[in-house]
Amino acid sequence: MSPKHKQELTAEYISPRQKAYLSAKLRHKRFVQISRVLLLLAFLSLWETATRKNWIDGFIFSSPSRIFNTFSTMLEDSTIFEHVGATLLETVASFFLVVICGLLFAILLWCSEKLSEILEPYLVVLNSLPKSALAPLLIVWLGANRNTIIVAGMSVAIFGTILNLYTGFREVSKDKMKLIYTLGGNRYHVLTKVVLPSTVPATISIMKVNIGLCLVGVVIGEFIGARCGLGYLIIYGSQVLSCVHIKINLTSPLKMA
Amino acid sequence: MSLLECKHVNYSYHTMSGETHALSDVSFQVNDGEFTVIVGPSGCGKSTLLSLICSLNEPESGSILLNGRPVNAHTDFHIGYMPQKDQLFEWRNVYGNITLGLEIQHRLTRENLEFTEKLMREYGLWDFRHVKPSQLSGGMRQRAALIRTLVLRPSLLLLDEPFSALDYQTRLTVSDDIYRIIKREHKTAILVTHDLAEAVSMADTVIVLSSRPATVVAKVPIHFSIEERTPMKSRNAPEFKEYFNAIWKELNAYVPET
Repeated sequence: MSPKHKQELTAEYISPRQKAYLSAKLRHKRFVQISRVLLLLAFLSLWETATRKNWIDGFIFSSPSRIFNTFSTMLEDSTIFEHVGATLLETVASFFLVVICGLLFAILLWCSEKLSEILEPYLVVLNSLPKSALAPLLIVWLGANRNTIIVAGMSVAIFGTILNLYTGFREVSKDKMKLIYTLGGNRYHVLTKVVLPSTVPATISIMKVNIGLCLVGVVIGEFIGARCGLGYLIIYGSQVLSCVHIKINLTSPLKMA
Repeated sequence: MSLLECKHVNYSYHTMSGETHALSDVSFQVNDGEFTVIVGPSGCGKSTLLSLICSLNEPESGSILLNGRPVNAHTDFHIGYMPQKDQLFEWRNVYGNITLGLEIQHRLTRENLEFTEKLMREYGLWDFRHVKPSQLSGGMRQRAALIRTLVLRPSLLLLDEPFSALDYQTRLTVSDDIYRIIKREHKTAILVTHDLAEAVSMADTVIVLSSRPATVVAKVPIHFSIEERTPMKSRNAPEFKEYFNAIWKELNAYVPET
């Protein structure tokens, strides 16, 4: 037998104890997955029976079957796609604008320590502002159109992004920056060779949070100034007292996320 | 003629809490091809001296001349610096790390890349060129850090306690390794350390600094009666203990009384 063959055999050989361990792990994983599904089904069926038996008011609390029916009618006349599409588009647009503006602004702050020191308290205040309160103002300033909604989406995420990115930039080790200088580089090289690459993981995790924040902002914007989108649907539903509508739309963002 | 000349160099730090006089009238010379080790109590300003030599900072008074010209007047690259930890970038592979300096200086010419390949092959890094630095051993990382400066063909190498982050055993083998590479490439080097034994084992000349404000208190030329000197062999040389004690005395004479 060649040595290579031997190696393959040893690599494939699994002791009975290891086998038992692996199958126990697998059982555990399956149990968790099945329980998750069962929990959801139990909740839905409890809800359904509760409304059918009039334990709770079906008009206010709706029921899974009604939601499903409304949803399928909306699927049939394809209105749902229009609304989901609108919200998706606005969210993605505001997300990318946040990424670009956030990065540019954070780099600007990093380039000028004076500027960052001057602006820091303002950024903190702007970040702690209740952004949903801004939406009506934005409509007054920019009019009830799609751009306003994108700006509303941005307003929720942008300040936190700038602050977090800038903090990440600041945490880059001084010794690594010094190395660039000793290799004959300047501040531009420090930015492109050290600061930006070393903060990539932090940047990605900030962006993950942002896509959710943008969605919240966009839906808030649509509450007030839109003729389509999920936020619009939710408001429409509440005005015509169709809790069914609202519930559908509350679950849609979940799916999108 | 000497390659590097420090003349009456003074330097102070300025912070909100006050001024710290770090270097006071430091003067010494380094000859071409020589291995100079600077020792001194920790925090005496050894690293500061190195950042002055590679013109990261400017001396308050006095001058530092390389080949007879002030160090900051040189427009092209002459002084290579090896930092305390290897500072290899984890987001670049070994090859990307080693060519970082060439990239920054826009010197990625064919000639330089061939030289890089030659060095990497000679010192066993070529097969690792695609791996991340974290997959290298401590010793190989130090090698990579040294070659990162060597590919820029510096006329003077500065090593700022390059072994301080390693455990004792690795430290001995790595200092042997780095010493051999520097000698083989015929480089002039200045190494800074607070480890006396390391200083004596590697140096052609030991320069002893006092505690802060640092000034030169002794220059000790080291000669061993052994063939093919390496740091490891030097440690067993008959003269080693004598040199060690002599420098120990110089150092202690200048530790402030407590």
